[in-house]
Amino acid sequence: MTAPRLNKRYFTLALAASALLAATGAHAQNALDDIMKDKVLKVAVQTDSAPYGYVGTDLKPIGLDIDMANLIGKKLGVPVELVVVVSASRVPALQTKKADLVIATLGKNPDREKVIDFSSAYSPFYQAVFGPKNMPAKAFSDLAGKSVGVTRGAMEDQELGKVAPSGADIKRFEDNNATIAAFTAGQVQFVALGASVAGNMMAKNPQLSAEYKLLLKDSPNFIGIAKGEDKLKARVNEIIAEAKKSGELDAMAKKWLGRGISDLPL
Amino acid sequence: MRIELDFWAVLSEWPLLLTGVGWTLALTAAAVVVGTALGIGCAWVRARGFGAEHAPRWLQNLVGGYVELIRNTPFIIQLFFIFFGLPAAGFKLSAETASFIAMVINLGAYATEIIRAGLETTPKGQIEAAVSLALNRLQTFTHVVLPPALKKIWPSLVSQVVIVMLGSSVCGQISTQELSYAADLIQSNNFRSFEAFMVVGALYLLLSFAVRHLLNWAGATFLFGRR
Repeated sequence: MTAPRLNKRYFTLALAASALLAATGAHAQNALDDIMKDKVLKVAVQTDSAPYGYVGTDLKPIGLDIDMANLIGKKLGVPVELVVVVSASRVPALQTKKADLVIATLGKNPDREKVIDFSSAYSPFYQAVFGPKNMPAKAFSDLAGKSVGVTRGAMEDQELGKVAPSGADIKRFEDNNATIAAFTAGQVQFVALGASVAGNMMAKNPQLSAEYKLLLKDSPNFIGIAKGEDKLKARVNEIIAEAKKSGELDAMAKKWLGRGISDLPL
Repeated sequence: MRIELDFWAVLSEWPLLLTGVGWTLALTAAAVVVGTALGIGCAWVRARGFGAEHAPRWLQNLVGGYVELIRNTPFIIQLFFIFFGLPAAGFKLSAETASFIAMVINLGAYATEIIRAGLETTPKGQIEAAVSLALNRLQTFTHVVLPPALKKIWPSLVSQVVIVMLGSSVCGQISTQELSYAADLIQSNNFRSFEAFMVVGALYLLLSFAVRHLLNWAGATFLFGRR
């Protein structure tokens, strides 16, 4: 008798098809509902970009970004689960749904806007080229023939690509720690980093006598949200607007960066 | 979750991919030649019936330490030590040189043990025959012992070469522009990570097949002859 076998096959097919449909349906606009239902907010953070996100003495992630994640979790009324990512895996973390939000010194640019959505800005940030005091660099053209370390996929990487002369030897590393290690080990002459990360590096390595050289970009941080999740985005923007008004954002910036938020863009 | 694949976004970056393939192959080629030579030398020192009875004690200890150290630590740690650690001792190497050295010493250590296994299977009668033909020790080793030994262990050695070639994917971490570096760079520019890693995965597969066949042919042609 072949009928039962046939039925079983159809059943499997139907099951697979419905699973596929359900999965496709789940994509549309209900990240916020899922968060409230699962009672967990998954936030991608970095642990290599002090003081925004780094590992404290108790080996747990701390920093401005982690405070921001907890603030949003508190306002939503759900616990926060931190997903540690590196610079290059921040956008993929959203695309693969490993995280609901990315709060990891994420800057906004057109390439990124094609694949993910952004909240309004929540903290100030700028990127620059740093180098030793005895090596002058007044303009980007001075970088010709010099090696410059940068973290692959970071905003600095893209900005540097636009302004660096063709003679500059751009060395790309996996994360900020590797980029800094390359600079402190003398493997690269200059380094392009976020200001706070560089500040931290210079404070810990006074023997480098490194200093600020050239501004790459003034770019505040935004929260990354999966493309099309407008409900979640609206809720996050609401929380940011409230926190800005109540002074919570300003206090956070003063606590971690030593200066408050000036005029953050929406 | 629906995924729309856009392979053109990755394939249009072919100059990067080509550079990546070039570096991966160059590093592998260098590692094969120098690493195998290093492996043969070290295998002689360690093999019973050869260096184990003739080489000075300090040399045997040195080679033994080298083999144990490399075979019992991860490749990426060796690479980082050479690139980030050695500058502190005054040896500043470019990313490419550091990758090359790391691959050579890594393959060399594994090749030592593989080739040693081949050497130790040499029947005693072969060596006695060589001696009775008035061949000196070097001639005996290079003409009588080594070719059949290499022939026996060649498949294992080729496998190890392929493993080391695939392992070269971590050299991108120190900014060597090999194939994985190209994939990472492409996907960090256009966020087509799935496509980038699929394309590069396929390229690695092709490279592995090509290298395996090339080495099988080259071994039989230049080193030990067909049966």
